[in-house]
Amino acid sequence: MINLTIDGKEIQVAKGSMLLDACKIAGADLPTLCYDPELRLAGSCRMCVVEAKGRSNLLAACVTPAENGMVIETESPDVVETRKIILELLLARHKLECHTCESDGICKLQDYCYRYGVKDSRFQGEGPDIYKDDPNPFIERDYNKCIMCTRCVRACEEITGARAINVEDRGHHAVISTAFNGNLADSPCVFCGQCVMVCPVGALTSKVSARKGKSYQVDKVLTTCTYCGTGCTFELNVKDDQIVGVTSVRDENWSPVNRGALCVKGRFGWDFVTSSDRLTTPLIRENGELRPASWDEALDFAAGKIKEIKDKYGSDAMAMFSSARATNEENYLAQKLMRAVIGTNNVDHCARL
Amino acid sequence: MTNSINELQNDATAIFLIGTNTTENHPVIGYKIKSNVRKNGAKLIVADPRRIDLAEMADVYMQFRPGTDVALINGMMNVIISEGLLDKDFIENRTEGFAEVAKVLEKYTPEYVEPITGVPAEDIRKAARIYASAERGSICYAMGLTQHSTGTDNVKSVCNLALLTGNLGKPGTGVNPLRGQNNVQGACDMGALPVSYPAYQQVTNPEVREKFEKAWGVKLSPNNGVTLTAAINKAHHGELKGIFVFGENPMVSDPDLQHVEEALDNLELLIVQDIFLTETAQRADVVFPGVTFAEKEGTFSNTERRVQRVRQAITPRGDARPDWQILCELSNRLGYPMNYSSPEEIFNEMRTVTPSYAGITYERLEGKGLHWPCPTEEHPGTPILHKEKFNRGLGLFHAIEFKEPAELPDEEYPLILSTGRSLFHYHTGTMTRRAEALDTHQPDNEIQVNPVTADKLSVADGETVRVVTRRGSIELKARVTDILEENVIFTFFHFSEAAANRLTNAAALDPVAGIPEYKVCAARIEKI
Repeated sequence: MINLTIDGKEIQVAKGSMLLDACKIAGADLPTLCYDPELRLAGSCRMCVVEAKGRSNLLAACVTPAENGMVIETESPDVVETRKIILELLLARHKLECHTCESDGICKLQDYCYRYGVKDSRFQGEGPDIYKDDPNPFIERDYNKCIMCTRCVRACEEITGARAINVEDRGHHAVISTAFNGNLADSPCVFCGQCVMVCPVGALTSKVSARKGKSYQVDKVLTTCTYCGTGCTFELNVKDDQIVGVTSVRDENWSPVNRGALCVKGRFGWDFVTSSDRLTTPLIRENGELRPASWDEALDFAAGKIKEIKDKYGSDAMAMFSSARATNEENYLAQKLMRAVIGTNNVDHCARL
Repeated sequence: MTNSINELQNDATAIFLIGTNTTENHPVIGYKIKSNVRKNGAKLIVADPRRIDLAEMADVYMQFRPGTDVALINGMMNVIISEGLLDKDFIENRTEGFAEVAKVLEKYTPEYVEPITGVPAEDIRKAARIYASAERGSICYAMGLTQHSTGTDNVKSVCNLALLTGNLGKPGTGVNPLRGQNNVQGACDMGALPVSYPAYQQVTNPEVREKFEKAWGVKLSPNNGVTLTAAINKAHHGELKGIFVFGENPMVSDPDLQHVEEALDNLELLIVQDIFLTETAQRADVVFPGVTFAEKEGTFSNTERRVQRVRQAITPRGDARPDWQILCELSNRLGYPMNYSSPEEIFNEMRTVTPSYAGITYERLEGKGLHWPCPTEEHPGTPILHKEKFNRGLGLFHAIEFKEPAELPDEEYPLILSTGRSLFHYHTGTMTRRAEALDTHQPDNEIQVNPVTADKLSVADGETVRVVTRRGSIELKARVTDILEENVIFTFFHFSEAAANRLTNAAALDPVAGIPEYKVCAARIEKI
């Protein structure tokens, strides 16, 4: 074990722990932008710098191993001044459009500028216009807001394994790009949106959710995906009784199968729920056409016909195709209805199809 | 799955994928497999007639002729036995029937199997060695293995392979079917099957039946019911008079749609309960509007048998009602009162007759959910099956001979047609075709054709062609791609306007499971 002092608190951490973890244990809230607990360390944004007694340089806590006897200050005047300058440098390239930004309220850059009182940047200059007009229907790529934390690049490679994007060029000209700076549809991108999930600012956002509600206007309901059998969990974002988006839950205690990772259907394929095609009233066939009916009328009609068939031909003349999309409770009731009420074991579902 | 999903990322040291295009059909499981291969160096074997994404990173890729699964797996087992790579202790202590299998396998040398499958003998050897010598080998499969007239034989063959090498009952091993629909596992568990009550308790077993008669307070039929595919045939003959279709769309998903259409039109009563006016609902006598997963409470059971909560986020649209309420209303009108106040109450009744779910409560499902079997409220759930013993005691080997698919190509229909799914759509497209971004990205069906075949037919990439089988024809765009062999073509089944199941063969069913042979039928391409 390693003993060190953080903000006057003596703590013990396991050998190999980074200062960032040690600070967390000590209760210090270090700002981070490029750090993601699931991804390879980048150590590039320097927001998490701390001061170590006896060291001339500030240390990036996410990539510095804790050492015995270290005395760490996490919010010393030097540290705060450095973080302010870093934020100003980032703002110099970040297009400030908070009022229309999809990430307003969940933007880490916004949070840290607020925390350190950074209103604007002294580092004005000619910035490249790097908005990427990508016609795909899923992901908006506004690199004028990109802070080059590279979390998207690492998530694409390490979580999804697609390796669709990387850093192109260096220094002031560096930008996130597909090979030959093409559209995502022409790259190995699978539109899973893991990049949207990890982006700490508003550079990568969902086109499907755009302008449907800001983060602080929605309620989030944890549920299980309706598509394949993997059983991913996510949060449905709800505003005014409409689904307006899907967000990841990265805590494995609540997202045990997928830990926040999703596929294109789960993350971007939820708007069928509120499609104008939805059936909203029972229908009965009359003179060859389906017409709207009341629930009583439709249920009475169905029950009457079932009884008729049962009396005339016996219970085995009825069958039910239950649903692999419906819940366990509903499938239990469906087979109970056929077996206990109608009197036949003719119940199946499309497990084979 | 005998094992759990995360073991594919963290525990398996070799993964054998057969008949699963995991990155497209179970994308999140695909990510985990890729991660295990790249980060931990797990070995990967892929057997699939199409050179799918995961084949590109495989240690061995076997591009085999559709429908020759048994021959291929028997070939691998022949190598394992002849090279002494089998797990003798496991075979001796945990299995029976090995001698019969070994006898059948004798003739399936890689050289014998090569001309049947089209896989070079040396690749079969390599694949067998990797899987058999792995410390923890996992087999995953999906409908590519099962949708054959020999589907049951194919599944038994991969079970043989796992038994032969002792790859069961430990983390990172197992025989792992990746199930295609969110709650297909749960629908089976709940007894939405013609031969079993919840938890696979057989309807023909008098003791079981008595238990359910007592629980439900009525006499129950002692006869097995009919499967979905058989029900369609019976409706076609006029023997079946009424079908209640609840959240299914046989007019897109079932084989030979002409036949399905005639069968449904032959009925006296077709009830459809769904969220959209599907191709099936359009033919109904009465339609009940149900709700989506976002409008109801309940549980789903995923492919690894993990039961998880579904939670209501919004109110039902219009006059639509939660499906459980509709079923209760109908039951009440049929003279059997069902008065549940909530899905949880239904769940609690269900678990009193479902031993594998008996210990699961909504309260316990908060958070990580639970894997069944979970027999008591103190039981932690069972992520890995068959640890100490199998359900029947010893694991049973099945000696399986290779059989050709039901419909082979000939002069008139020289190509093998396979069907499947795309990453961007789901099943009959009822939901994803109405998800704007997904349908914008992939609005049309396609027929995948090898460049050499396309060239022979003078068909260009993107050209609209007609695909014809003995059942019917559809017109769709050709996508010229070398991921499949010259005599194989592939299409998606999501698109009702160019419905793959106009082409598929309803006469070729697995004799045990009744599953249709979606992966093999004879077809030709015509230029328009």
